[in-house]
Amino acid sequence: MQILELSALELADEIKKGTIGVTEAAKASLDQIRKEDSKVCAYMTVDEDAVMKRAREVEEGIKSGRYTGPLAGVPIAVKDNICTKGMRTTCSSKILENFVPFYNAEAVDLIEKAGMIMLGKTNMDEFAMGSTTETSAFMATKNPWNTEHVPGGSSGGSCAAVAAGEAFLALGSDTGGSIRQPSSYCGVTGIKPTYGTVSRYGLIAYASSLDQIGPIGKTAADCAALLSVLASYDKKDSTSMKRDDADFMAAFKENPASLRIGIPKEYLSEGLDEDVRKGVEQAAEYLKEQGATVETFDLGFMEYTIPAYYVIASAEASSNLERFDGVKYGYRTAEYDGLHDMYKKSRSEGFGPEVKRRIMLGSFVLSSGYYDAYYLKALKVRAKIKQAFDEAFSRYDVILGPAAPTAAPKLGTSLSDPMKMYLSDIYTVAVNLAGLPGLTVPCTVNEKGLPIGVQLIGDCFAEKKLFLAASGIEKARGAWTLPFTGKETL
Amino acid sequence: MAEIITDKTMDEIEILAKLHLTDEEKEKSREEMQRMLNYVDMLNTLNTDDVEPLTHIFPVSNVFRDDVITESTPKEILLGNAPEEKDGQFLVPKTIG
Repeated sequence: MQILELSALELADEIKKGTIGVTEAAKASLDQIRKEDSKVCAYMTVDEDAVMKRAREVEEGIKSGRYTGPLAGVPIAVKDNICTKGMRTTCSSKILENFVPFYNAEAVDLIEKAGMIMLGKTNMDEFAMGSTTETSAFMATKNPWNTEHVPGGSSGGSCAAVAAGEAFLALGSDTGGSIRQPSSYCGVTGIKPTYGTVSRYGLIAYASSLDQIGPIGKTAADCAALLSVLASYDKKDSTSMKRDDADFMAAFKENPASLRIGIPKEYLSEGLDEDVRKGVEQAAEYLKEQGATVETFDLGFMEYTIPAYYVIASAEASSNLERFDGVKYGYRTAEYDGLHDMYKKSRSEGFGPEVKRRIMLGSFVLSSGYYDAYYLKALKVRAKIKQAFDEAFSRYDVILGPAAPTAAPKLGTSLSDPMKMYLSDIYTVAVNLAGLPGLTVPCTVNEKGLPIGVQLIGDCFAEKKLFLAASGIEKARGAWTLPFTGKETL
Repeated sequence: MAEIITDKTMDEIEILAKLHLTDEEKEKSREEMQRMLNYVDMLNTLNTDDVEPLTHIFPVSNVFRDDVITESTPKEILLGNAPEEKDGQFLVPKTIG
């Protein structure tokens, strides 16, 4: 049996039956990382000894009945902005290059309690600011489908790890599309849950009112199983929600024929590449085949989402990133003249250009005299955008659209024009502004051999409808082959 | 029309953002910010007189808990990531003249 080709749930099942050992599964992942990651560069940090030690512990724990969950024994990768006790957590930034947290993020505690095995930390855009994983201060991750292309971002390392068979599942974070866009580029499934569903405790903050941690995996069911592990109330996060509907696996017992699907007309208009449009139309056909009703409608406010997002996200980022001052942790410049010079030099040398750009914009829109005109105005527009979605969800269960305007671009083609990079977030940022859940599921492969995913958006707390729609697409689409499985047989 | 970003505005932003920019970086940043604000300016074409600013998706109120003493993190662990420390304290440059 080819261990790496199994889904996370299939692997956990084999482990339970005793046909595959936990250490065997962990070793298979580590072997694949050793074999592939010099090309893909998905991981920032891997501690092989710690992985094998933990695998032996979980092996015992499953035998003794300590770990009984549906994902016990499954190896998982964690994005490098999620704190891991005793393992460095860099946010792919020079300013945190040597930062070793002394506590786990709540999400990391939860995957450990579920008996999962953390393989290591994955590369990302610096502080999750970027759409290609090229703003990482350390390296650019490559797309496993074609290493001349980017994996997307900011959770590019996590998505590439799953696509390359270097992890069965991964944790990502999504502030403006950072799970959904790279999932589309890498041909994997990823979901940004409803705001407040997964604790943000220990997630290094970018824009706190938008940030959510979420699962990335090979199938919708794998993501649902992981989300069931992650969704729990945490008193350490004041925006954490108490949800009594967190058994997301229940979605797969339903019939997608009951779903009413709406496609915003604006999502198919100018600026969308032909191959992605075909992907969305294909997904609509798949859902119709499964009996769902699909129609187009006018969502509205599309042109306002990116300016509102960048004002709000930058404002929150400028405030959140004030903590990096070279005093308690992180990089401190070598030479300085007094306290303020130390602050300024440490931050200027420690942060990369995209992070500085957003800190400066955020500082400006929050400053006296401009606050009302920019920040407050953006928050009012945010309210309008939320209203438009509320209206849409009175008629539809799920909104279908692209996750990004194109398939994965080539490495080195995106960073020269920041405005152009921001505009590519057009289909994803509104979901964060409105706090909604959004899921990307792989749909087709374009002529260049690059995957194209589609995005499913639901009303707050309607993740189950997204999993149901995704399962409908998966069923009609048929088996999905990730690039590494082909290489295995060579 | 969007706000015009002058060199003086950039100096103020540098202070607020606690960043040090070279003259070249400052000019590049000024141009980029101007371009971004020109674009953001389109928000003003939308009438928002009838809406309240949305800061939280769900109605939020203060989250209170009982004042129970729990274990705190030992000082040496907290200082473990400090760039410089001395006698169990974070070491910073002289702050008063």
